[in-house]
Amino acid sequence: MKDELDKRLDNQPDGPERRGSLKDIPVREELLPRWVKGPEGQEYVVEPLQDYFCQAGPTVQTPAYTRIIEDLFNWARAESLWILGFGTGCGAIEMRPLMTPRFDAYRYGIQWRPTPRQANLFVISGYLSVKTLKRAIRSYEQMQNPKYVVGLGSCTINGGMYWDSYNTIKRLDDYLPVDLYITGCMPRPEALLQGFDDLKKLIRAGKAEGANHYAEHFDWYKANQKRVIKDWDMPDYSW
Amino acid sequence: MMQSLYDRLKDRFNLGEFTGRRADLAFVTVSREQLRPLLLHLRDLEGFTHLVLLTAVDWIEDDTFQLTYLLNDRARARDIGVRLMLPRDDTQMDSIHDLWPTAATYQRELREMFGIDFPDSPRVNEDFILEGWVDIPPYRREFDTLRFARETYPERPGRETHDPATYMKQQLYPDGEDNG
Amino acid sequence: MAEYPDRSQYPAHLPDGSCDIDLSSGKYLKLWQGPNHPGITGNMSVELTVCGDEVVEGRTHVGYLHRGFEKLMERRTFIQCFPIVCRICVPEPDFNEYCYAAAVEELAGVEVPEKANWIRTLILEMGRVNSYLMYLGGQAGAFGQGVIGQWTTYARDLMLDRFEELTGARIYHMFILPGGVRDDLPEGFDQRMEETLREIESTLADVHDTMFRNAVFKKRAMGLGRVDPAWVDEYGVTGPVARAAGVAKDVRSDQPYLVYRELDLEPVIAHESDAYARADVRRRDLLMSVDLIRQVLARMPRKGPVMATLPNVLHWKIPRGETYVRGECSRGEYGYYLVTDGSGYPRRVNVRGPSYTHAMALLEKLIVNVNISDVAGLLVSLHTYPPEIER
Repeated sequence: MKDELDKRLDNQPDGPERRGSLKDIPVREELLPRWVKGPEGQEYVVEPLQDYFCQAGPTVQTPAYTRIIEDLFNWARAESLWILGFGTGCGAIEMRPLMTPRFDAYRYGIQWRPTPRQANLFVISGYLSVKTLKRAIRSYEQMQNPKYVVGLGSCTINGGMYWDSYNTIKRLDDYLPVDLYITGCMPRPEALLQGFDDLKKLIRAGKAEGANHYAEHFDWYKANQKRVIKDWDMPDYSW
Repeated sequence: MMQSLYDRLKDRFNLGEFTGRRADLAFVTVSREQLRPLLLHLRDLEGFTHLVLLTAVDWIEDDTFQLTYLLNDRARARDIGVRLMLPRDDTQMDSIHDLWPTAATYQRELREMFGIDFPDSPRVNEDFILEGWVDIPPYRREFDTLRFARETYPERPGRETHDPATYMKQQLYPDGEDNG
Repeated sequence: MAEYPDRSQYPAHLPDGSCDIDLSSGKYLKLWQGPNHPGITGNMSVELTVCGDEVVEGRTHVGYLHRGFEKLMERRTFIQCFPIVCRICVPEPDFNEYCYAAAVEELAGVEVPEKANWIRTLILEMGRVNSYLMYLGGQAGAFGQGVIGQWTTYARDLMLDRFEELTGARIYHMFILPGGVRDDLPEGFDQRMEETLREIESTLADVHDTMFRNAVFKKRAMGLGRVDPAWVDEYGVTGPVARAAGVAKDVRSDQPYLVYRELDLEPVIAHESDAYARADVRRRDLLMSVDLIRQVLARMPRKGPVMATLPNVLHWKIPRGETYVRGECSRGEYGYYLVTDGSGYPRRVNVRGPSYTHAMALLEKLIVNVNISDVAGLLVSLHTYPPEIER
């Protein structure tokens, strides 16, 4: 696949336009439609991109009918922030002290879960390389509503140290709906605790609507994501 | 120590330039045909059994890539860097993964980051670090990472960048009285 | 002791050495461990092909943390590189600072004051203590002992406090600069350090009792991931992984740098070469680091400058040359290969991290025939940090 790309690149004239014209990277072999033999000898076609994933897009979650019920829901949501244990960048190193006796985030109802299905808070712990962004998007989409995203560190805000790097994105909120940023490089555990506290206040006030924003502006987010992920070989929405 | 080693091997392997860096570290240049015999000799007879690293330097003004094979002799506490000059327009090189299996990883990285091909190396064409990369290999000197980042990743407005030298000059000498 | 059936002939190997795995036969299953997985060290992934619950083939995938440091450094002046080098390895950043500073000093011909060398040694040993404490928690956690991680992280926090009072930061210190270190030791540092070391020693005694004498840990770790001493050279194995295989490979004693020549140290080795032996080597190495910190504090000169006089670093040009500087970090040999071309910018920097060889070629070899549940333990026992693989 690489040789093919190299060959194609050589044929391109110099200049910035050569990047834009190269978006049609071939899909990986295991994602192509194929014939599969069943246990009783019958044959059928499997189209991984169609059959393995649901193509339905995200939907906006409407608030409860009365205000008081919605407030109750928001209180419950705020008091059980379950973080997805996906250390996407160097900020993951301060997660360990947060879990342990000195800082002990568990006393605020915050805990870490191994799978996106059980988590409702995605902490993007620092810079995202394009390769990780792809996984982060899938992990985010697999999380159940209600869900929140916290961006950690300067590099999620404007690129930080890696402002001129060819492999890291600069603005996280172009690709994922960020509810809260925590600044610093790297942010101290106290800053994280403060950030989680602020997030709780936002949730209780009903202002942490990132997931709904993502559903409403789904096409805009997808266009941004596909602009940087050149080899998009997954369904548009994978939940 | 390194000089005597060089004097012994110089004629046999037709060695080029010798650069002594420290008492325990020196660099020698070798031609492509002599690389393999030299590495074998160093590994099996001189005790340089540990391949520390294999990397490339892009001398774009000379139109060459420099490959550096750094070997370590732990028993005698010395290192030798074997330099090999490769023309930039013919970037094919012989693989050494059969001498050190771990070299395959380095060669995979060089293939991806510099576009230097090692045809026989196992899995050399698989993606290693980058994914879906369509531009020229990024560690080449002509690849401009700042321009690429500006074109590809939108910036958040409000970020300022200063050249530290001019910025300090403005701070220290606001009236332009700098004499140094 | 973990016993695995001999499956070295199964699946069949093709002439080119790769496995003949037919996924459509239904015998095999592809399973990705990572990057979003609690049993993975950092942000990397292992693509496993399993047969039942046994791994028949493993492929390491890295690059999730690639920021292109080596490229970024080519467009930063020598002094501007210091804020970014430490970010290459998060749990033990000081080695990047030391190796890069030493390489720059060597090419620029800067002489470092005696006292700065002692403080640098102190910092590096403190970083090693941090890194090992984090490792012990991770290793026990990979085998299901959560409490060890709580204890060692507590001890690590104490050491981070010492870092904080010395350098002003918990994680990224940026304390070592070309020409020396930023500052002297604060008042009363020795005494507080002694208290911290005592606390760490007492934690380690507890860890020894609960982890290393635990039947479950012994059963799962012994015999897991045996490294043949012959592989040490073939695969570029360094550090505790090599020392656990009986090869006394330790840069601190092989090619002493900084003030290690004057300190009393002996490489810690073991011979069993499995995950248990590696954990034990690291625990004893940690105790040696504690001892080294005491030696440094007892013997270091208390007077004198900590920073050499440098030219104006904003206009600093370094003559053409190339060099390689190495040090022994907690995972093995860490080195910087620096090439300069006479301009104000490095021509090329190459970082040689020990995980580069451990997590790629060595891991792919060791992972065959391992039970899926032990993959995490094996990965941690190699003590890999992905950012130093891809930089």
